[in-house]
Amino acid sequence: MFQRFRHITALAAAIAAVQLLTAATGKEFFLTQLTMAGYYTLVIIGLCLLMGYAGQISLGHAGFFAIGGYTSAVLTTVDLSAWKAAPAISLLAKSGILTGRADLYGGQILTVHPWAAFLCALCITIVVAFLIGVPVLKLKGHYLAMATLGFGTIIYSVVLATSRFGAADGISSVPAFPLLPGLAVTGGSSQRVANYYFAWLLVTVGMLLLINLIHSRVGRALRSIHGAEDAAGAMGVDAARYKLNTFILSAVYAAVAGVFLTHYNGGIGPSEASIMKSVRYVAIVAVGGMGSLWGTLIMSAVLNFLSLRGYFGTFDDAVFGSILIAVMLFSPEGVLKLDIRSLVGRWIRTDRKAGA
Amino acid sequence: MFLELFFQYLVAGLTYGTIYAVVGIGFNIIYNTTGIINFAQGEFVMLGGMTAVSLHAFLPLPLAIAGAVLVTMAVGGLIEMLFIRWLVKPSVLRMIIITIGVSILIREGALHLWGEGIRSLPYFTGNEVSAIEIGGVRVSPQVLWALGVAAIVVLLLNVFFHYTMLGREMRACASNRDAAALCGIPTRNMVTLSFVVSAGIGALAGCVVSPITQTQYGIGAGLAIKGFTVAILGGLGNSMAAVGAGFILGILESFSIWVMPTAYKDAISITILLAMLFARPSGLFGNSEAARLKEF
Repeated sequence: MFQRFRHITALAAAIAAVQLLTAATGKEFFLTQLTMAGYYTLVIIGLCLLMGYAGQISLGHAGFFAIGGYTSAVLTTVDLSAWKAAPAISLLAKSGILTGRADLYGGQILTVHPWAAFLCALCITIVVAFLIGVPVLKLKGHYLAMATLGFGTIIYSVVLATSRFGAADGISSVPAFPLLPGLAVTGGSSQRVANYYFAWLLVTVGMLLLINLIHSRVGRALRSIHGAEDAAGAMGVDAARYKLNTFILSAVYAAVAGVFLTHYNGGIGPSEASIMKSVRYVAIVAVGGMGSLWGTLIMSAVLNFLSLRGYFGTFDDAVFGSILIAVMLFSPEGVLKLDIRSLVGRWIRTDRKAGA
Repeated sequence: MFLELFFQYLVAGLTYGTIYAVVGIGFNIIYNTTGIINFAQGEFVMLGGMTAVSLHAFLPLPLAIAGAVLVTMAVGGLIEMLFIRWLVKPSVLRMIIITIGVSILIREGALHLWGEGIRSLPYFTGNEVSAIEIGGVRVSPQVLWALGVAAIVVLLLNVFFHYTMLGREMRACASNRDAAALCGIPTRNMVTLSFVVSAGIGALAGCVVSPITQTQYGIGAGLAIKGFTVAILGGLGNSMAAVGAGFILGILESFSIWVMPTAYKDAISITILLAMLFARPSGLFGNSEAARLKEF
C-alpha cells in the first residue's frame, strides 16, 4: 500500500529533478522533447495496461491517438463565423462552447472552444473504441493483432484521404489550450517549464489511476484473464466486459495524449496515425516488460526522448525494430528483468542439447 | 462502353488479385508448418522486386529475376534461422512481435540501400503501351505474364506438396509436428524450408508485377494486410482457396474505384478483413467446425 505512494513520490521527485537539472546545465530546450515524451508515455502506460495486464495486443493505438488529436485540431480550427446567424450556432456561441479568436492573419474567426473540443474528442474515442472493441476483442492471437492493425490502417488511410484533415499535410495552426488563467498548453518557450510539469502531471495522475486499478479487484480479474481466459470465466470473471473496459480506458489515455500533444505542437500530421507509431508503442511496452507499468514508464521516457532529440538519426524506425526483436528474443519479460546469468545458462544448455 | 469499362476493371482486379493471392499463399505455407503468421511476408515481395531491379542493371532480365528470387529465399531462410529456429515454444504474441520487428528491419534496410525512389522492372514483353486485344478489351501482356506465372506457381506448389518426398514431409510436419519428428522428419529444417519457399514465391510475384504496380521500399506492409485478408477469406492454411479469395479481393477493390475515391481502396479490403474475422473466421471456403479446433 505505502510502496505504491513511495513510487509515485519518487516519480514526482524525478520529474522535478530532471527540470532542475536542465535549468542548472542550461539545457532548458530539452524540456520540449521531454514534454512530448511525457504525452507519448501517457499513451504507452495505457497500452501497457491492455497488453501487460489484460494480455490483449493492440497494433492500432496510434489510431486512437489520432482520433483525439484530429478531432481537437479540426474543431478548434474550423471557422464557423459564416454560420453565425444560424440559431444553433449562435446558441453555442453564447453558451461559450464556441469562441471567437483571431487567426494567423488577424481575421476574426469563430471556432469550438478547446475544452469543448477535448470533451468531444473523448466522447468520439469512447464510442469508436466501444464499436471496435466489441467485435475485435472476441478474437485472439494473430487475428486480434491483424484486426487492430487493420483498424489503425483504416484511420491512417482515412486521414490521408480526407481534405478536411489536411490529407498528407495534416492540420496546423491549432490554438493553445487554456488550462488556467496564465497557463496554456502551447509550444511557446515562455510556457515551456509549466508545460513540462503539466504533461508529466498528467502522466503521474494517469499512473496513479492505473496502479490503483491493477491493485484492485479489477486488476486481479485482468491478470486472471491474461493467465487463462476460460478459467477466469469459470471463476465468474466477465472476461468480455473487463477486456472491453480496459480497451476503452487505454484508448482514452491515447486520445487525451493526442489532444494535448496536438495543442502543444500546434498541429498534427498523418504520421501520428501511422502503423509505425502503433508498433513503436507496442515496442516500448515490450521493452519495459509486458506487465510492468514502472518499467514501461522509464523505458518510454528514455526512448521517446532519445528518438525525439534525433539521436537515432535516420535509423529511428530501425532502432525500434531492433529493440523489439532483441527484447522478444532474449528477454520477453522486459529489459529491466533481464537475467544475464540464466540467459547464458540457457544458451549453454541448448548447445549441449544440440550437441548430444 | 459500359461493358468495356467493366472488363477493364475486371482485368485490373485480376492483376492485383494475383499478387494478393501469392502473398496469401506465402502466409499459408508458413502458417501450415509453424502456426506463425509471418508479418514480414509483404517485405519478401518488395525485396524480390527491388533486388531484381538492381540486378537488371548488369544482368539480362531472366537472370536478374532468378537472382532476386534466390537472394530473397536466402533472406527468408536466414530470418528463420536467426530469429525463430531456436525459440522454445514461443507464445503467439512473441512471434507476432518478432516478425513485425523483422519486417521493420527489412523495410528500413531497403530504405537505406535503395532510397525512397520508386523503381520498376521493364515490361517482360513489349512496353507500357503495348496491348493485346481480347474481345474488345485491351490487356497488357504483363497482366498475362502475372496470371501465367501465378498459375504455374500454384501448379508447381501442388505438385511439390503432393508428389515429392520433401513436400510430403512438409505436409506431415504441418498436420502433426510431433508425429512427423517421430517418423524421422527433421521438423526444424522443414520450418526453415517453409520460410525459404514462401520467400521465393513472394519474390517471384514481386518481380512479375513490378512493371505494372512499381516497387518501393514501403509497399510490404500494405501487401501483408491484403495477403492476410486473402488468407483469411480463403480459410487460413488453405493455399488453393487463397487463389480464389485473391481474385475476389482484387476485383472488389478494383470495382470500388467505380463508386468511391481511390484513396479509400485500402480501407475496403481491411473492412472486408474485419467483417470476415468477426463473421466467419474460418474463411469463405473453410470448415467452421475445424476452425474452432485450431489454436489462434
